[in-house]
Amino acid sequence: MAPQEFEVEITLMNKPAAKDPVGATIQKDLLAKKGYDMISNVRSGQFLRIHLKAEDENEAKEIIEKMCNDLRIFNPVTQNLTILKVSKL
Amino acid sequence: MNIKIAVIQFPGANCDLDAIHVLNNVINVKTDLVWHNHFKEEKYDGVILPGGFAFGDYLRAGIIAAHSPAIEEARIMLKDGRPVVGICNGFQVLTEAQFLPGALLQNDSLKFACKWVNLKVENNNTACTNKMNLGDVLAIPIAHGEGRYYTDKLKELEENNQIVFKYSTEEGELTEEANPNGSLENIAGVCNLEQNCVGLMPHPERASEEIISPKGTIHGQIFFKSMIEFIKRRLA
Repeated sequence: MAPQEFEVEITLMNKPAAKDPVGATIQKDLLAKKGYDMISNVRSGQFLRIHLKAEDENEAKEIIEKMCNDLRIFNPVTQNLTILKVSKL
Repeated sequence: MNIKIAVIQFPGANCDLDAIHVLNNVINVKTDLVWHNHFKEEKYDGVILPGGFAFGDYLRAGIIAAHSPAIEEARIMLKDGRPVVGICNGFQVLTEAQFLPGALLQNDSLKFACKWVNLKVENNNTACTNKMNLGDVLAIPIAHGEGRYYTDKLKELEENNQIVFKYSTEEGELTEEANPNGSLENIAGVCNLEQNCVGLMPHPERASEEIISPKGTIHGQIFFKSMIEFIKRRLA
C-alpha cells in the first residue's frame, strides 16, 4: 500500500509543577475580572499541526512520538507532550 | 601560553560581538568569532555560547541551536574538561543540549527583564568563578524574557554543589524582591558535575568596563579571568 498523508496535532504544556504565568494571568487578570469567576484554572501551551506521510495512523503516531523524543520537541524537564489527534488527509 | 577562545555565532545571536570585544580588548585573550556551522573544537581552549535569540527562539529558547553541529564540537570539549560557557541564550542552549541540568522558563512577570541585578557566588570552584570568593556579590545586568530557572532535581543540585550564582540583594540576602524572574531558589547560574561547564542568565560581558557600568564596577571581568585561569591550570 502506498504511503498516505496524515495530519497530527500535538500540544506541549508545562507540567503542573512548573508555573504557567500566561495561563494564570488570563484567568486572574481577565476572566475573573470580567465576571467569569467560575473559571478556576487556565493553562497555556504550544500547539503544532504536522503533516506527514505514513503507512497508517499507527505509524504516523509512532513517527511523531519518536521525533518528539529524539529531537526534544518538548522539554521533558518542564513539559508534557499530548497527541490530540491523528487523521487521514 | 597561547590561549584561544571561540565565541559561537548562531543566527540571531546579538551579544556575540560584546563577548568578543571584552575577551580580545579588555581581558586580552585571543578570541575568534566562529559561525556555528564552521566551529572546530580542536583549535580552541574554551568556548562561549553568547546571548541573543538563536534561531528566533522558535519552539523554545535554545532548542534549535542545541541541535547545531557546534554543540557536537562543544560536547567534545565538555568531555575532555575544557570550559564550555553559556551566557543568557547560551545558557538556554546548554540546558536544552543537556550539558546543564534544568530549564529556563518564561519570566513570571511575563515581561522582558532588563536591569542590573546582584549575584551571590555560591560555588567558587567552577571554570568561571575560581577567582571569586564564596559569598561575593557581583553587579551584573540581565536582559531576558525566559530566565526563570526550574529543575525537578533541586536537592541533587544542592548536594552536588552545582548552583553557581543566586540573585541576591547588594548585601547578599536571597530575598524574593531580589529575584527578577521567579527562578527557583533565586538560581541565576548552574554548572555540570565536573564544573567545566557553566551557564548563567546575567551578562558578564556587559559588566566588564567602567564606561558602561552605572556604579563603575567591573565584576564581569572576574568571570572571564576565572575562565582563563581555569584554562591555564588545565594546561599547566
